[in-house]
Amino acid sequence: MTPLAGFLIVAALVFAIGLAIALTRRNAILVLVGIELMLNAANLNLIAFWRFSPHAANSLTGMMFAIFSIAVAAAEAAVGLGLVIAYHRHTKTTDLDAMTRMRG
Amino acid sequence: MIHGIGIVFLITSAITVAGALAAALLKNLIHCVLCLSITLAGLALLYLQLDAQFAGFAQILVYIGAVAILVVFAILLTRGAGIPEYRNVSSSWLVSLVIAAAIFALLTWAVIRSFPATAAGAAPGATVQSIGSALMSTYVLPLEIVAVLLTVALIGAVIVAMPESGAAGKSIEKGGAQ
Repeated sequence: MTPLAGFLIVAALVFAIGLAIALTRRNAILVLVGIELMLNAANLNLIAFWRFSPHAANSLTGMMFAIFSIAVAAAEAAVGLGLVIAYHRHTKTTDLDAMTRMRG
Repeated sequence: MIHGIGIVFLITSAITVAGALAAALLKNLIHCVLCLSITLAGLALLYLQLDAQFAGFAQILVYIGAVAILVVFAILLTRGAGIPEYRNVSSSWLVSLVIAAAIFALLTWAVIRSFPATAAGAAPGATVQSIGSALMSTYVLPLEIVAVLLTVALIGAVIVAMPESGAAGKSIEKGGAQ
């Protein structure tokens, strides 16, 4: 197994665990945590492919992609947590099985 | 230089995966987020092994410093949210686990079958100086777009999470009148 395959398999494992968290947990905040894990696995893939590409010595493309991805993920986390807090203020729950309507 | 799968890579990836598994399995939400930050630190160490120093430290700053703290605050603000202790996984957990395992098996099968390029080249010269000059020259348009996106997203998050001003004002007026 080559080093690149090692990094890719670790990323796949983190992605699968994040997907399992997002699909199985009942708390909306933990679903956001699972989504963060999946985004981080994608970032690890981007940086691993950048490092092992033959043009890595004089190119910054993959690194830039990962940095912009981190910035967008931070914005996503802020908006998601704001939505959960707003929903909790109206209905006093963050249980996804009880979230059946969004109208205040 | 990366010559093969070394002991450092194995230890780091074990820490990363163990943190993610603990975040998936623990019952206490605060413990879940602490294990999530262990996973994020392990990912930052993996970035450092890949000669991506700037991305590694940005990962620590943004994720452990901001996102994990934000999640902890959200959990504390929504504490006692009426989720029964005896069942904190959803009713379709078995199907979900099968889906996640199938996706992991598919990805691993594709990675192992594809025989990716073996040797890493010379260490890329991704210094902070070169990243900064690239952000200001080649990538200046994406930088500005991300700046606008972050501004809009943060203002939007504050507006969404703010109590409705009409209702709050009315209740304050009522309280004052009574």
